Amino acid sequence: MPAATAEPVQLLSPDGVRQDASGDRARHAELVSGVGAEQLRERYRDMAMVRRFDAEATALQRQGELALWASGTGQEAAQIGAARALAAQDHVFPTYREHGIAWVRGVDPLQVLSLYRGASHGGWDPTASGFHPYTLVIGAQLPHATGYAMGVQRDGDVGTGDPARDTAVLACFGDGASSQGEVNEALNWAAVFQAPVVFFCQNNGWAISSPASRQFAAPLARRAEGFGVPGVQVDGNDVLAVEAVVREAADRARSGGGPTLVEALTFRVAAHTTSDDSSRYRPREEDELWATRDPLTRVEAHLRSTGGADDAFFDAVRAEGDELAARVRRGVREMSDPEPLSMFDHAYAGDHPLVAQERAWLETWIATEPEEAR
Amino acid sequence: MTTTATRPAPSPAGGADESTPTTLTLAKAITAALHDAMAADEKVLLMGEDIGRLGGVFRVTDGLQAAFGEDRVVDTPLAEASILGTAVGLALRGYRPVCEIQFDGFVYPAFSQIVSQLAKMPARLAGAGTVPVVVRIPYGGGIGAVEHHSESPEAYFAHTAGLRVIAPATPQDAYWMLRQALTQPDPVVVMEPKRRYWDKGDVTAGAASLAEAPSLHSARVARPVTAERAAAGGAATVVAYGPTVRVALDAAQAAAEEGVELEVVDLRSLSPLDTDTVVASARRTGRVVVVHEAPVFLGLGAEVAARVTEAAFHSLEAPVLRVGGFAVPYPAARIEEHYLPDAERLLDAVDRVLAR
Repeated sequence: MPAATAEPVQLLSPDGVRQDASGDRARHAELVSGVGAEQLRERYRDMAMVRRFDAEATALQRQGELALWASGTGQEAAQIGAARALAAQDHVFPTYREHGIAWVRGVDPLQVLSLYRGASHGGWDPTASGFHPYTLVIGAQLPHATGYAMGVQRDGDVGTGDPARDTAVLACFGDGASSQGEVNEALNWAAVFQAPVVFFCQNNGWAISSPASRQFAAPLARRAEGFGVPGVQVDGNDVLAVEAVVREAADRARSGGGPTLVEALTFRVAAHTTSDDSSRYRPREEDELWATRDPLTRVEAHLRSTGGADDAFFDAVRAEGDELAARVRRGVREMSDPEPLSMFDHAYAGDHPLVAQERAWLETWIATEPEEAR
Repeated sequence: MTTTATRPAPSPAGGADESTPTTLTLAKAITAALHDAMAADEKVLLMGEDIGRLGGVFRVTDGLQAAFGEDRVVDTPLAEASILGTAVGLALRGYRPVCEIQFDGFVYPAFSQIVSQLAKMPARLAGAGTVPVVVRIPYGGGIGAVEHHSESPEAYFAHTAGLRVIAPATPQDAYWMLRQALTQPDPVVVMEPKRRYWDKGDVTAGAASLAEAPSLHSARVARPVTAERAAAGGAATVVAYGPTVRVALDAAQAAAEEGVELEVVDLRSLSPLDTDTVVASARRTGRVVVVHEAPVFLGLGAEVAARVTEAAFHSLEAPVLRVGGFAVPYPAARIEEHYLPDAERLLDAVDRVLAR
């Protein structure tokens, strides 16, 4: 079992240079050997679209259209890299900040925004996208991912060798969640049952105002050894490296090799949410340092220096991003509130006399309310 | 992945479609229900601590791992939060997990998963999925146990929207209620009266008994009082569930010797409540006492009292009284008899509603 790597895996340096493919790095480079200029342009486009979407969501919150927004800016490489390493049949159990993975899995950005607008609790169909609901209780989704993976095992969808059948489950969490009991329970549980889970931690440095140093005294990836699973630390702002590392972990899971703990080192560029003010606790030098490691800049530099993309490409992506932002802006402003009685619709799947009675009461109440109160 | 695919053993109740009643303990009726549910639906699987090779600390799952294999009767790590959390994940994959919590007082590590995840997932999914997880909790006192082994946490779950909560008191009810819980789409918490695990009763198992079974959320009049007798006065309704149904029936027998007739309503379902059955009885007798082991303060009895008062105010001859545990942590076993509501305390409340 490989021990946690001494240095985070990196394939593309912050200034956009492909790192020398020797030693351990050769193995990871091989895993993304299929990512040529065309694929790298796709990754760039994903990241740019998600960043533009994120900026628009932040603006919409400031305009009063959203109740809250949890920005994922700065974490695009971690999310796009992980999502692009997955197969169509794989499943994802996200936190509430996985907008990049949602994008790749085909979840309509407006559905994500309906949650943050206060118009739904999510409501996208995980059977269609393999992307489960956002979970707001920190770390609670990791046992779900592990249980889902136990179901995958029982369905015989592990280790068949059929690339369209074998299934991995990506369990997302952050540095703050690593302190939760359930996160550690899930790691242990998945290891005991060799469940096909990729534990994917985006260590973005901060849990609201608490630095990662308040969550663990030793690098998180080293915890893997104690659970009896492989652990790997990766440069989370290097989309290629993340894709390689998650691909290796997902392949291992699908083939019956059990779980892996991946710690992607990244940075939460914005505050925790639009309700937070990171200037109260985060040194400005840290923001400045991470600005030099931006996940998009390095791919752009690489594509430009290798002739993989020119101004026309970047202009087109920018235009496409603006179109997305316009669609999102229009969609949010036109988003109707749910019908009040819809709160009763899915409390239970079966009949429930009390819910039926209370629904009828509210229906009558609304119908008889004075006009001005409606 | 280990698969121990063996032929399912005969049901402890005598086979899945046996219509002849068999005498079973309440614990064995649950075993039979689990067995028959697993034989009927390959997606049903059991999870819990020590439930496999050992058969559970109360032996409720005895023989089921041998019958259905380690993939369907899963001895889990000792982690209640993850027993529930992984059950949610398995349910999202299409399975029907039945989680055994070893004792009432050990459910709290799983509380967040039950209340914030299991109960709320259907609303979060808005129709895009269900999580039909069944949580079995042996509960209540009276077995002389150490701390955390005698509690009655049912009100927490009954208070949580999204859950169904049932508390069977007899072997027959335990059988069909569990079978029904395992064919409907919502999460169900089953409060199992552990000090009644060894009570015996006739159980008709199999599909035929299910076809005749009432709705999962219907109360039962365990001891009726005739309308004439009730009208003549000197009658009262006792509302009980789980372990206190036996207490109520014992009290009714003692009361009858003194010329007082008690109609005993066994709620069976704590959420939703079968208010109609309770209110109908209250209208007949005009007097109601509710009895449970859980602390009286904010217990199920408060809800029953409020609903009866709202619906049958003009039929009531006295305030609805509650008999139950005190506002203290469950006491040490050597004095638990002074904590638990017994027939004497129940009869004292009956005397008060009858102004005797």
